Amino acid sequence: MDRKQCCVKLSVQPSRGLMDEKFIVLVQNALPGSQLTIRALHQCEDGHSWEAFGHYTADTTGTIDVSEDPSIRGTYSGVEQMGLLWSLRPIPGSKPGLRMRKKNIQTPMEVTISVYQGHQTEGFADLVPLSGVVVERWYMAPGVRRIPVTEGGLTATLFLPSGPGPFPGLLDLWGGGGQLVEYRAALLASHGFASMAIDYLTSKFTMETGKMVDNQYFETAYRVLQQHPQVCGSKIAMIGLSFGTSMTLKMAIYSEVIKLSAAVCISGSHVQPVEGSVEEIMGFFQKNAGKTRFNEKNEAIWRDLLLPIPTDPSLKADVGRLQCPLLLVVGEDDQNWPAQESALDIKEMMARAGNSHLLTVLSYPNAGHLIEPPYTPHARSSTFKTVEIQEKVMCLWGGQTVEHSRAQEDAWKKILFFLRENLYGDRNPTLFSHL
Amino acid sequence: MAVPPILSVTPSRALVDEKFQVLVENLPPGCPVTLRSLHRSEDEDDWEAYGHYVSDHRGVVSVSEDLSFGGMYTGKEPMGLLWSMRPVPGSRKGLRLRKINVCTPMLVNISVHSGHEGFRDRTPLASALAERWYMAPGVKRIDINKQGVQGTLFIPPGPGPFPALLDMWGGGAGLLEYRSALLASRGYVSFSLDYLRSEHLSADVEFKYFETAFNIIRNHPQVIPDRVGILGSSLGSMVAFNLTAYSTIIKVSPRCIVCISSNHYHPPGTTLKAGFKILSKYVLFVGRINCPMLLVNGCDDQNWPTVETAEEVARLLREGGKEHLLSRLAYPGAGHLIEPPFSPHFRATKFIILNSKEKVILLWGGHTKPHSDAQEDSWRKILSFLQLHLYHSPSVKANL
Repeated sequence: MDRKQCCVKLSVQPSRGLMDEKFIVLVQNALPGSQLTIRALHQCEDGHSWEAFGHYTADTTGTIDVSEDPSIRGTYSGVEQMGLLWSLRPIPGSKPGLRMRKKNIQTPMEVTISVYQGHQTEGFADLVPLSGVVVERWYMAPGVRRIPVTEGGLTATLFLPSGPGPFPGLLDLWGGGGQLVEYRAALLASHGFASMAIDYLTSKFTMETGKMVDNQYFETAYRVLQQHPQVCGSKIAMIGLSFGTSMTLKMAIYSEVIKLSAAVCISGSHVQPVEGSVEEIMGFFQKNAGKTRFNEKNEAIWRDLLLPIPTDPSLKADVGRLQCPLLLVVGEDDQNWPAQESALDIKEMMARAGNSHLLTVLSYPNAGHLIEPPYTPHARSSTFKTVEIQEKVMCLWGGQTVEHSRAQEDAWKKILFFLRENLYGDRNPTLFSHL
Repeated sequence: MAVPPILSVTPSRALVDEKFQVLVENLPPGCPVTLRSLHRSEDEDDWEAYGHYVSDHRGVVSVSEDLSFGGMYTGKEPMGLLWSMRPVPGSRKGLRLRKINVCTPMLVNISVHSGHEGFRDRTPLASALAERWYMAPGVKRIDINKQGVQGTLFIPPGPGPFPALLDMWGGGAGLLEYRSALLASRGYVSFSLDYLRSEHLSADVEFKYFETAFNIIRNHPQVIPDRVGILGSSLGSMVAFNLTAYSTIIKVSPRCIVCISSNHYHPPGTTLKAGFKILSKYVLFVGRINCPMLLVNGCDDQNWPTVETAEEVARLLREGGKEHLLSRLAYPGAGHLIEPPFSPHFRATKFIILNSKEKVILLWGGHTKPHSDAQEDSWRKILSFLQLHLYHSPSVKANL
């Protein structure tokens, strides 16, 4: 059916949602049985364009419901309610090695979703869609407050949920790339946690003195959070990804000041010189840089730097001494850190020490290193610059898009459940059913 | 420090005609609480609503599922916290809640308080902010001042072209944009026409003005010319009705019309002169109506005899063999001001009479619960009527 259809209606519900909320994409009033392409287009802050699309066939009522109907082919296939977001990829001709990360979380991610006649795979810019809508995806719920923190020499941002509080607190750490990454903390605040995103590698202090921060930096962050009038000081957890995991475990186990109610460690390891400073731990990894491998595309694989898992106890955070619940999130195809091997070793250590009742491991086949909040694109590799190596490298993170996206969705739900259970003390929680 | 309950509103950002779910978790079981909404209007008046609830054995209150046992509404009312809103005690009298700036959302603070009696004296246990929007993302707002016609045009996102609507309010309103903004969010190019209160206009408005307005819409590059309808409420519906009845004379041919709270007698103080002098002869022109029409009215309308009007129109159309064009929605207990859903009900408010500039309190009628039900039901049916006649392709167009 080739003649141009009139009045095809496209709707996305909700048109303004949080980044981790599902939406329903509905096409109505199409010719029954007609072939249509639904496409998402997003221009990120760096100016790059990302797209995703699926090929559909309208049913006998002229309707397509993306949450129920299969995409025959496209950047995703099958019944994939959120496929238009997680399968986004840079448009053909884009620079290689891109990764989508939002810096300004006070504005929404805008996605244009359109429906086109026929099954199109390219040249969308030259086609006129039958219909199009704009969808906003927010990291911050209404009423969430963003508060820059510089007290005690910190480079951090605190996100407070709306309402009087008090709220349980959360310290949020990212990995070796440094910077102050706010989006996960903003989203966690939208779920009721007073969350502080901390820059601990490229803080103002480090940039001005050239020195790395010491352990007290994290303890200061903990204290600032604990003493905030709207934070419940006895209910503070820590969440870290990649190198942030190393810091989280270090603080959870060895700090005299930091008393955590729970810890979440994503894509990381317990392997580190015990009692080492941030600088010494970084140095430990650098020492093994010679173990870097390269795949056929010349992408750097760093997972061997910490392998084999040492038997020497001075080279592993003593997880047997942990006193709070620990959630480990592992991608089995992580090419950047040996998260799976580390998780196995952690499990053994805790079993021997008798505190394995505190441990939960979420292990995802074919998921990579960058396990992030759901419905954002998967980057199997991207250009990366750590604070140690000043030049950009094409880093292999790992993961296969479909399984990685499923892992992100599942892990996020479970992380929220874990935090809710341990910080809000909810014995019979109603799950985030709208997610 | 005890950890508080968790209050969530889903979705936290929505269009004004969308429902939300208000959930409280982590309460003690069997705990009496009050859910309250609070909104500060553009005029800086505070509006509130509240319901009294009891948590279940899990410590959960779900406004969508549970019953309210008192407050401004009772029973199972998922949206009661919006439609039952009233000015807080101590406010000015005769207030009406209407959003003028449609580019920003209406902010409603939803909070949960312990206990039922005297809940206001206690700090809330938790609160959440909800945004209620008249404009969906991507809707464009355009000021129109063209060929002597003034108003505001709203265009849906997307390439178009779209079906369109000429949207007219009634007397004493000034230019209200919110219904057009919402209609554009539902896929219609919608033109909110300013025909009574602009400094350039007077009550001496001619047919030509409306004809020009209709043609501006029809000729707009993003409008499908033979899919333009008219939607009017109160005086605006009278204009809509008469434009359509005179359509062969003035060449305005809407594809369908929706008349809310319409009247075919001259309401005192809001007379349109000149071209409408011939209204008394309109009866003869009913036979000229050739498009589907939806009449909506409240049976407790205290402002205009809309019930009688609707019955008269039905009778005239029946006699003219045109009854198949007419659909009627008549709501018992609803008043004159039938608006998009979940907005508060006003039984009587302040009003300035157009000609005399006299300030009065006007009785609109209706009782809150049936009126709110009427708003919710009629809006859904109006959208469905518009979708049928303006969106569906000719081959599947059904008779009414």
